[in-house]
Amino acid sequence: MSYRVHVRVVPRAGLLDPQGQAVEHALSALGFQEAGSVRIGKAIELEVRARSREEAEQAARRMCEKLLANPVTEDYSLEVES
Amino acid sequence: MLRVAVVRFPGSNCDFDTLHSAQRAGTQAYFVWHRDTDLQGADFVLLPGGFSYGDYLRSGAIARFSPIMNAVQRHAEDGGPVLGICNGFQILCEAGMLPGALMRNARLTFASRPVSIRVEQTDTAFTNQYEEGAILRMPVASGDGRFVADPETLRRLEAERRIVVRYVRPDGSAANGENPNGSLHDIAGICNGGGNVVGLMPHPDRASDPALGPALGAGFFTSMLTWDHVAKGAR
Repeated sequence: MSYRVHVRVVPRAGLLDPQGQAVEHALSALGFQEAGSVRIGKAIELEVRARSREEAEQAARRMCEKLLANPVTEDYSLEVES
Repeated sequence: MLRVAVVRFPGSNCDFDTLHSAQRAGTQAYFVWHRDTDLQGADFVLLPGGFSYGDYLRSGAIARFSPIMNAVQRHAEDGGPVLGICNGFQILCEAGMLPGALMRNARLTFASRPVSIRVEQTDTAFTNQYEEGAILRMPVASGDGRFVADPETLRRLEAERRIVVRYVRPDGSAANGENPNGSLHDIAGICNGGGNVVGLMPHPDRASDPALGPALGAGFFTSMLTWDHVAKGAR
């Protein structure tokens, strides 16, 4: 079986995110005063071959810990499509 | 003659500057390729600046898994000296050989200009030729140069005097956060506990030949000649 996995990686809360700040300023300049707390991260999509959904999620989690996210600066979340 | 391996990754672009600086200091420096698994009897290892793997995912994130990095880690664990300059520093942090991480510059600019740094730790394989407090001027050239670490790691780096170089104003006074990239504690470079692994964002390799201006970075390379790592291992 192959499972589609969506990984979201965002800069850890409390760390300065200059990209998020710049985009927030741009949104404000465009009149979107209601926007705030913009954070910019990455979306990674991949197919994971596994015997079960749980196994796919465990494998994806190991990929995040080892490579896809930096534990010093980033948090990640992942979702396995059913 | 000291044998110095300069590791080339796809996307390294300061490899020749670094090789030249090491040779100029009087060492036998040579290139090794990232796919190699053997450092060819290196006494010292230099990881040059550049954009390994296009900085894809995060700067240094993919290079750290290069085959040669296993040999570099073993070399460092045995007390062997390793210097990471710019992208090399990012690779050392990604590999967990130095704490912390380098993030996008605070003001969203690629910082490419001369900066002033103060040498704060001279008991390392690459700064023992400097006087403590020496003010050096050399270029930075990085988009991901903002050093960050959690408060406990920062406290330990300060307490253990592992901040090797710190950004200062040109007159040598404290930058107080007004540094080129927003690095916490104005950190420009750090070392591991043994002083054998050093990483910094500024480029001593671009300030080590008098033909190109003041060679205030040359000491990083000549320090290799005077590092007695057997004695220093007990630090």
